[in-house]
Amino acid sequence: MNVTATLFGQMLTFAVLVAFVWRFLWGPMTHMLAERSRRIADGLAAAEKGRHDLERAQRRAVELLRETRQQASEILAQAEKRANEIIDEAKSHAKHEAEGILSAARSEIVRETNAAREQLRVSVAQLAVAAAGRILEEEIDADAHAKMLGAVVRQI
Amino acid sequence: MPATNNPVEYIEHHLTNLQVGHGFWSIHLDTLIFSWLLGAVLVLISWRVGRKLSPDAPSGLQNLLEAILEFVDNQIKSTFPGYSPLIGPLAFTVFTWVFLMNAMDLLPIDLLPKVASLLGIPHLRVVPTTDPYTTLGMALTVFALTIYYNFRVRGPLNYLKSFLVHPFGIWLFPINIVMTVIEELAKPLSLGLRLFGNMFAGELVFMLIALLPWWAQWLPGGAWSIFHILVITLQSFIFMVLTIMYLAMAHTNDEGAH
Repeated sequence: MNVTATLFGQMLTFAVLVAFVWRFLWGPMTHMLAERSRRIADGLAAAEKGRHDLERAQRRAVELLRETRQQASEILAQAEKRANEIIDEAKSHAKHEAEGILSAARSEIVRETNAAREQLRVSVAQLAVAAAGRILEEEIDADAHAKMLGAVVRQI
Repeated sequence: MPATNNPVEYIEHHLTNLQVGHGFWSIHLDTLIFSWLLGAVLVLISWRVGRKLSPDAPSGLQNLLEAILEFVDNQIKSTFPGYSPLIGPLAFTVFTWVFLMNAMDLLPIDLLPKVASLLGIPHLRVVPTTDPYTTLGMALTVFALTIYYNFRVRGPLNYLKSFLVHPFGIWLFPINIVMTVIEELAKPLSLGLRLFGNMFAGELVFMLIALLPWWAQWLPGGAWSIFHILVITLQSFIFMVLTIMYLAMAHTNDEGAH
């Protein structure tokens, strides 16, 4: 076998093929495969993260619900307490007012009684004077006997 | 009926390349044309698949090429130290191109030469890898690359030093030079001749089978064809692995230095 153009032709063909495969297949394809595996890894990581987030959100939701329930029951208890307070307040207020009205009424009664008594006293005195005048059939000087009359009135 | 009444002539005819020119310019047209055609197949497929790669829904040829690429890449990763942008495309091309050229062996041995003779072409050898010019051409290209990388990675001085001190130490340097030169030259020679030898022998057996009477051909012919599916794959694989190995050795520093 000699060194011939065929040998160099085949060497050149080989070199051209390698260059072509490099440029048009190996290069783009390795790039694509690397990109694909990166995307798969990213996707898996994102899925994992999503699952994690969901778990956390679920925990958070449960926590919130629990907190809200507690708050609601607290508010309810407070409202009940406040209602009781208001009722108590109203009761005591009403009692107080009733007492006031009662005492006012009482003092009015006393006053009215006193006034009636006074009027009665005056009427009795006049009646007594009139009766006495009738009996004596003479005028009695009211002024002269006022002192005695006053004592009589007080005795009644 | 046997293919011919003159077996020696038949075999000689089948082992003669379609040749033009003399001396250095003697050109094996059939070898060149068939290797170019198969190279064109490779180029066309690479171009068509590589032009519109679909990362999400790969189909058909892209799947096949991806599988081959990852197979080749795994071979490289398990053998090759460090990183070289060339080694991948080189190994891929070796594997696919050699496989395609070897696969021509599976065509019926007389089919294309018969068609050619009807067209007035006297000789035609359709398996480029049965021509040592193809296999040695590839092996020498690989050899040139190993020398280039030896110079680039280890430095010319270190590389030349390895001729002096390897394998027996500096005091036996004349023997070392002879040994290392033989060792280095044996690499491309064995690389090229292994493929050539296997394919040549395979083709020869096909010719011998073709010389049998027609009713006796199916059994040995079928068996040898099936066996040859393994051989052509294995030989292209071996050529690729050795290519990677030789380049890997060129990328490794001297045994004493690291």
